[in-house]
Amino acid sequence: MKLLRVSSPHAHGPNSTQRVMQQVLLASLPGVFVLTVFFGFGTLVNILWAAVVALACESLALWLRKRPLGFYLGDCSALVTALLLGIALPPYAPWWLIAIGVASAILMAKHLYGGLGYNPFNPAMVGYVVLLISFPVQMTSWAPPRGLTENVPGLLDALRACFLPGQFDAITMATPLDVLRQNSGLMMDDLWAQAPQFGRWAGIGWEWANLAFLAGGLWLLYRRIFTWHAPVAFLASLALMAALFYDGGSSASGGSPLFHLLSGATMLGAFFIITDPVSSAVSVRGRLVFGALIGILVYLIRAWGNYPDAVAFAVLIANLCAPFIDHYTQPRTYGHRPPAREDA
Amino acid sequence: MRKLFDFHGGIHPPENKHQSLSEPIRPAGIPRELVLPLSQHTGAAAAPVVRPGEQVLKGQLLAAASSLVSAPVHAPTSGTVSAIEERPVPHPSGLSAPCIVLECDGEDRWVELPAPPADYRELEIPALLERIRDAGIAGMGGAGFPTAVKLTSGTHHHIDTLIINGPECEPYITADDSLMRERAADILEGVAVLRHILRPREVLIGLEDNKPEAIEALRHAIGDQPVEVVVFPTKYPSGGEKQLIEILTGRQVPSGGLPADIGIVCQNVGTAVAVRDAVVHGRPLISRITTVTGEAVARPGNFEVLLGTPMHYLLEQAGWDPTRSGRLVMGGPMMGFTVPHPEAPVIKTSNCLLVPTEKELPSPPPAQACIRCGLCAEACPASLLPQQLFWFARGKESEKLEQHNLFDCIECGACAWVCPSHIPLVQYYRAAKADIIQQRRDHEKAEHSRLRFEARQARLEREEAEREAKRAARKQAAEKRAQAAAAEGGEDPIQAAIARAQAKKAAQQQAPEASPEEKAAAARQAAQAKLAKMQKRLADARAAGEEDKIVTALEASVKKLEEKLASLEEPTA
Repeated sequence: MKLLRVSSPHAHGPNSTQRVMQQVLLASLPGVFVLTVFFGFGTLVNILWAAVVALACESLALWLRKRPLGFYLGDCSALVTALLLGIALPPYAPWWLIAIGVASAILMAKHLYGGLGYNPFNPAMVGYVVLLISFPVQMTSWAPPRGLTENVPGLLDALRACFLPGQFDAITMATPLDVLRQNSGLMMDDLWAQAPQFGRWAGIGWEWANLAFLAGGLWLLYRRIFTWHAPVAFLASLALMAALFYDGGSSASGGSPLFHLLSGATMLGAFFIITDPVSSAVSVRGRLVFGALIGILVYLIRAWGNYPDAVAFAVLIANLCAPFIDHYTQPRTYGHRPPAREDA
Repeated sequence: MRKLFDFHGGIHPPENKHQSLSEPIRPAGIPRELVLPLSQHTGAAAAPVVRPGEQVLKGQLLAAASSLVSAPVHAPTSGTVSAIEERPVPHPSGLSAPCIVLECDGEDRWVELPAPPADYRELEIPALLERIRDAGIAGMGGAGFPTAVKLTSGTHHHIDTLIINGPECEPYITADDSLMRERAADILEGVAVLRHILRPREVLIGLEDNKPEAIEALRHAIGDQPVEVVVFPTKYPSGGEKQLIEILTGRQVPSGGLPADIGIVCQNVGTAVAVRDAVVHGRPLISRITTVTGEAVARPGNFEVLLGTPMHYLLEQAGWDPTRSGRLVMGGPMMGFTVPHPEAPVIKTSNCLLVPTEKELPSPPPAQACIRCGLCAEACPASLLPQQLFWFARGKESEKLEQHNLFDCIECGACAWVCPSHIPLVQYYRAAKADIIQQRRDHEKAEHSRLRFEARQARLEREEAEREAKRAARKQAAEKRAQAAAAEGGEDPIQAAIARAQAKKAAQQQAPEASPEEKAAAARQAAQAKLAKMQKRLADARAAGEEDKIVTALEASVKKLEEKLASLEEPTA
């Protein structure tokens, strides 16, 4: 009689990597919906095209590495990378821009390092930064939101913009973050009154997109896909930095905490990007430090840097620091005094 | 209300306990044959005191404890010892080990037991401990540490709290639960003995809140005794000794230490009953309560099983369908191990036999990459970082593993249970621990060899130096003598000695060669002398009652010498 010999535990929880990734995809829907409402179908086309390229790149890499395709494609991690990059890129970006970004993310940032689980940097952010440095013009052309333009592009326009970039005249407008950075001498209230981009708390469209990503993120927290530590530390440190340099809304002000929380990629970053477990710190305390570091970096780059947004660079720098943070934040094991570290 | 504490992490797997709780404890009966491993506990194997063919009675000693950390084995029923041989035993290795095989006669006749004391409270503590040791009791919760050893170490410390372990947090297992429901009074009697031995300030029986019947039964049995039932929320692994201690006292057992170091002794409810049987009734440990469950048995439940009962016999009592079960697990689904041979016996630590169908507990799917999601670190009751340990285990980085406290892992399996990538984490940790222990052993051995080599080197140098010093001293003395002789005008003694030696050598060379006959005679003489010497040694050894081995060896040498002598005599005869 043949009985199975396996190591304990014999029972397993219902969780799976595929399920985790699918829930992340699901949780992004409100944010994508709001972006589509305010900026048209550009983001959706970005995401879909990025997904096609990502699956192709992933398959190519797996084939070259002689790995079973179905098993590895099934983890949906390539789709998450495509989703994040698709959201982060400006809507109505040309197809080749997206393709280069996705290929850099999947082939370079992920598979060159050994595939899922081995990448020290967030693949989507590597793709984004490669594009930002190589094609600054295309990467800084954001469409105006509904309310500031008469004709928000429909699906056909969006497809044309992507695949026949020569035949589409994109209208672009500075984002609220750009307006704030280029502010010279206006008090916050005057700037708010003067520039049409500002809405109730932050930029028109942007504030709602951020709130939608916040909602999706809270749902993921509720589903225990990740812990609160990194997002909360990030948002808290960003708000704290903004409060420190708010300067009472003077002409030298860096913008209010609320403005920073609801601008750019803040909420997308907080719940969908810095929570990428592979490239972040591992322990609870480590994730607090990791999140706080990103918050500080985001503010520094937004206030004194030269880029449209700061999340990508901040995340990559924090990724670099993650092993170092891990080294100093090892939790106290049961029955031990706080860990005595011999410096390695 | 007592203040309860929480331990870090933990999980809530489906309990699956109701299946085996529908019926009261059933006797499993007497099988045709019992197989009793000499090692059913942590520590040294017991040494058999019976021989094959011997008739034994129920409760008779079969094998005695062979060292301090060991436990004796008794006959669970009457019958004949048919063999002492290697048989498959329930052990994670799946290997065989020496067992006493008992052919049961079905009469179940008791041996005459030593009369139990009228009141055990009048016995000295060492005598009580002796009784517990002689009864062969080993921790019945699963680890099987000899109970007397644990209690003895407890009497060396000031024991503040005695904790009776009753959470039974593993899914499926209900052996302790049914024991508490049906034999609460026996448990309390055992607890009273333990209290008497350890004299703790307080006694706590810890239970998860999913056992209302057991809680009720215990509270009823306690009456006005100074024992408290403490109920806490269900969470795996609350029944781990370290976790239970933290829940009840908020204190942590120091890494590498014992609960006694912080004034705590923990005993399982089943062990308490065994202690009561041993001390109050003088009965050794010969049976236990075992849960038989899983979808491959028709009537799951709890059985009172004679130790040594083959597992397939017990499974059949519960209506086992071997075609439906893919694996046989001893213990629960979280920490139990698979037993490849269903003829392996039930032993002192067998709290559960689980025969799940493939649908019930599917085979593990292929592992995916670790995405360092950290769910394992959230679940770890020891506050380890399982994802980091996994990383280091794959890279065989022993130093990092130890720095991340690999050896504080209790192998509860919570990390692997929550892992979304289905990585068999515990297996990696077990292998890594075994590797490191092997490395330590090798290192110790190498260190030992190095010390020995260095000592030898030092000794040789020292001897050389001493010889050198002696030579120098002799040379000096000789020079002095020569000077003295020269001064007296006499002959130099050294020159004279050299001349004598040369003369002797020359004389030898001139002497004729010995004839072959003379040579043979000399050889015979030498052989005869040798033989006589060896015969004397043999006679001495016999007289001194030396071991058989030595006597046989000497006999062999004598014979060899006789043969040699004979061969030497032949050609001349």
